[in-house]
Amino acid sequence: MDFTGKSAARGLGNSLVVLRELLRPLGQIVSCVLASSLVLSLLMLAIAYALSDSAVDQACVKRLGINLFSFTLANLPQVLVDGMTIGFVYATIALGYTMVYGVLEFINFAHSEIFAIGAFVGVEILIALSGAKYLTGISALAACGYLALAMLAAMVAAGFTAVAVEVIAYRPLRRAPRLVPLISAIGVSFFLQDLIRLVESLTTGQFHRIIPTFGNFDQRLSLASLSLLDVKMDISIQVKSIVVIVAAVCMLVGLNYLVNATRMGKAIRSVAQDQQSASLMGININRYISLTFLIGGALGGAAGVLYALKFTRIDPFVGFFPGLKAFTAAVLGGIGNLPGALLGGIVLGMLETFAGAYLSTFTMGAAGAEYKDILAFAILILVLVFRPSGLLGEQVGQKA
Amino acid sequence: MTAPPPAHRFTRLGRLVMDRLNAGITPYVVSMLYLGLGTALVYANPRSLLAFLCFLSSALLIYSLDMDRRAKIGLGVVITVVLMPVIGIRNISYLEVIFQISVFAALGLGLNIVVGFAGLLDLGYVAFYAVGAYLWAFFGSQQMFLLHEIPGTAPAGTPFFLPPDTFYLFVIAAVIVAALAGILLGLPVLRLRGDYLAIVTLGFGEVIRVLANNLDKPLNLTNGPQGISPIQRPTLPGPLLDMLRGILDPLVGHPVSDAEFYNLFFYLVALVFVVLVIVVVRRLDDSKIGRAWTAIREDELAAVAMGVPLVRMKLGAFAAGASFAGAMGVLFAASRTFVSPESFSFMQSIGVLTIVILGGLGSIPGVILGAAVVTILNLQVLQGLSLYLSELRQSDAVIPLINFPWRNLSNQLDPAKYQRMLFGLILIIMMIYRPAGLIPAARRKRELQKHPEDEVGAAAGGDTGASSAERGASHGGK
Repeated sequence: MDFTGKSAARGLGNSLVVLRELLRPLGQIVSCVLASSLVLSLLMLAIAYALSDSAVDQACVKRLGINLFSFTLANLPQVLVDGMTIGFVYATIALGYTMVYGVLEFINFAHSEIFAIGAFVGVEILIALSGAKYLTGISALAACGYLALAMLAAMVAAGFTAVAVEVIAYRPLRRAPRLVPLISAIGVSFFLQDLIRLVESLTTGQFHRIIPTFGNFDQRLSLASLSLLDVKMDISIQVKSIVVIVAAVCMLVGLNYLVNATRMGKAIRSVAQDQQSASLMGININRYISLTFLIGGALGGAAGVLYALKFTRIDPFVGFFPGLKAFTAAVLGGIGNLPGALLGGIVLGMLETFAGAYLSTFTMGAAGAEYKDILAFAILILVLVFRPSGLLGEQVGQKA
Repeated sequence: MTAPPPAHRFTRLGRLVMDRLNAGITPYVVSMLYLGLGTALVYANPRSLLAFLCFLSSALLIYSLDMDRRAKIGLGVVITVVLMPVIGIRNISYLEVIFQISVFAALGLGLNIVVGFAGLLDLGYVAFYAVGAYLWAFFGSQQMFLLHEIPGTAPAGTPFFLPPDTFYLFVIAAVIVAALAGILLGLPVLRLRGDYLAIVTLGFGEVIRVLANNLDKPLNLTNGPQGISPIQRPTLPGPLLDMLRGILDPLVGHPVSDAEFYNLFFYLVALVFVVLVIVVVRRLDDSKIGRAWTAIREDELAAVAMGVPLVRMKLGAFAAGASFAGAMGVLFAASRTFVSPESFSFMQSIGVLTIVILGGLGSIPGVILGAAVVTILNLQVLQGLSLYLSELRQSDAVIPLINFPWRNLSNQLDPAKYQRMLFGLILIIMMIYRPAGLIPAARRKRELQKHPEDEVGAAAGGDTGASSAERGASHGGK
């Protein structure tokens, strides 16, 4: 867990601390986004420049009519925006993994299904609202309001599912060797996948859902159009991407405030650091572990709705890849480390979008966007082999 | 902590019954009678699931009774080589069930080396199975001549690359290739902690599946999502078939076709594989290597301090486990004459893991029992329920009390599709209530007998690998 808010104890209730705890994560987010987009863009442009006049470049000119460097540059703004959007979704899921890992040193394998439950609850509510004609011809503000309602319900459902899973399947195994709760968690993950499928297919016979279109979320806002080195770049962003980013940023800031500036957060951090001592200080360990699952699950559920908004179609197995990527993000940033999960999520989201956009052209069609799902694993292995503590260092309790 | 397992009260009664059964010649009489009953039942009702279960459970009874070793092996041979072919050809789905049990038992035994003996949780085990299957699928089909074609069905008249009987060579080749793949996976992940290792191996499994899905370009190696088909099967010797026909036709009641002989052939090959695997695994478990694996599982640091070559032993565990899966993959490809990436999903890996966990980590008879239980649940019980439900759907019956007509029940509600729920439930329940599995490993039993006061704690504490050392470590400083 993160311990940078040292003075939170002293200045509890102090408005300066509150302000700082609200602004600091915003600063972190902005610097994470800027740094990762800058580094990746420059890297990509450098590769494109190095490959100019090569066979790759000629193939690109033949197929698309522009040279490789211009192609890279022209696509860059869109790739960065998309990468940032999906990166924030990953970051929100990764926080759930990293919080639980920080407290229990255990990979909550079922977190991806908690995410899926959130997505389904949110989408079902929106489908019900849409069926009752609440969503036709409403203003942008009302649409956001309904979306917030769906997200809230998803957070509640996902959070309490996570707590129930903890009590039933993890708590009895807390003192067992490391692999035992992990296997139990895999069991929970599989069980929940089919449970969602069962519940969803009972009513309509279909187990996938498509989020109803409402508001102006699909509209594309054109922000700017500029020319750089004779290449015309259109910077535009979909409304739903803005919604996803804003919602994710709000949750990240809120979580940071909760963990670093409240009494409850202090208790959670103390449990993460040393359960025995925390319990001697009068902290109810089980309650705070459940609370960790509640918060992590709620974030996962909200991320599920955002994911559904971005990708429109969900099915019971939707959580698998986002879950694995979010875990990779958590490890990439340093497990147990909240800003680390944020950084890892954004970096991973960007990398994946870069791979999806450029891999096909840069390999002359040999390997396309279909490999982006396994890119996360390649990164995971590289991180674990060369820097197992992640980019920002891992922060877990003193258990072993 | 959970309550001590309720099995306690029953063990005394069970022991009493077993003592009675094991006195004098009683076990021989009982097992012969039971086997005779089972055989007669299946012979009379070739379609009855219960009769088949009765027949199969006779093997379990023979295993658990206290008989002369030679008598047990003799009875086992009679069941597998004499009774099963006749029963299986009368109802070919039984041969299929036993074939699948054998394949999963061999896979489970291979995974058991990695997870049960060496304590390395491998969630991508099915990748090695895929390596073996695709190896034979590529060389045993026409794919070699379609490298520059667009993925699709092979045009008529394309020759096969290799003669069908090279199958046997490729079983050996797959053992080597899969072992190499195991070492390749093992090298980068050796230093990882248990839970990280699990995720990375999961990733490896997905990588292999995605590769199988997408290596149809730039060279069409795997034919993409459609999979490779047809794949050759080894030829069966004609004169032997004619001789067997003479014996089997009257017993079975109809002339035995070539397809049925192929089923019989693959059943026998799978059986030979399983027996070989059992022999190898037993010898490994009792060898110096096996003890080194146990030491690594119990406490890596202590093992290194005692001079166990950690890198070599861990790589050896990966390679040994993978090699079995590779050989089974070749068998799978030949028996199905078709492979596609779908057969090697993450769920298959978890299915094999479920088998190992259910049977008992590190326990050879446990894994075989686990394979039998999971496969029968999967192939017979769930599918039986599905059939029953679809019959109800076609009838006019209504669900009592709520007056809901069965006909309106959603088509999606098909128990055969809910394997994940089954696997998930088995994993959770076993971890919470019986982490040592249905038949705990012999080494564990010895440990438990030595320290009777530990028994309750170890069983309730959810101890898979008897790693009291690790448990101690996780309590360190408390």
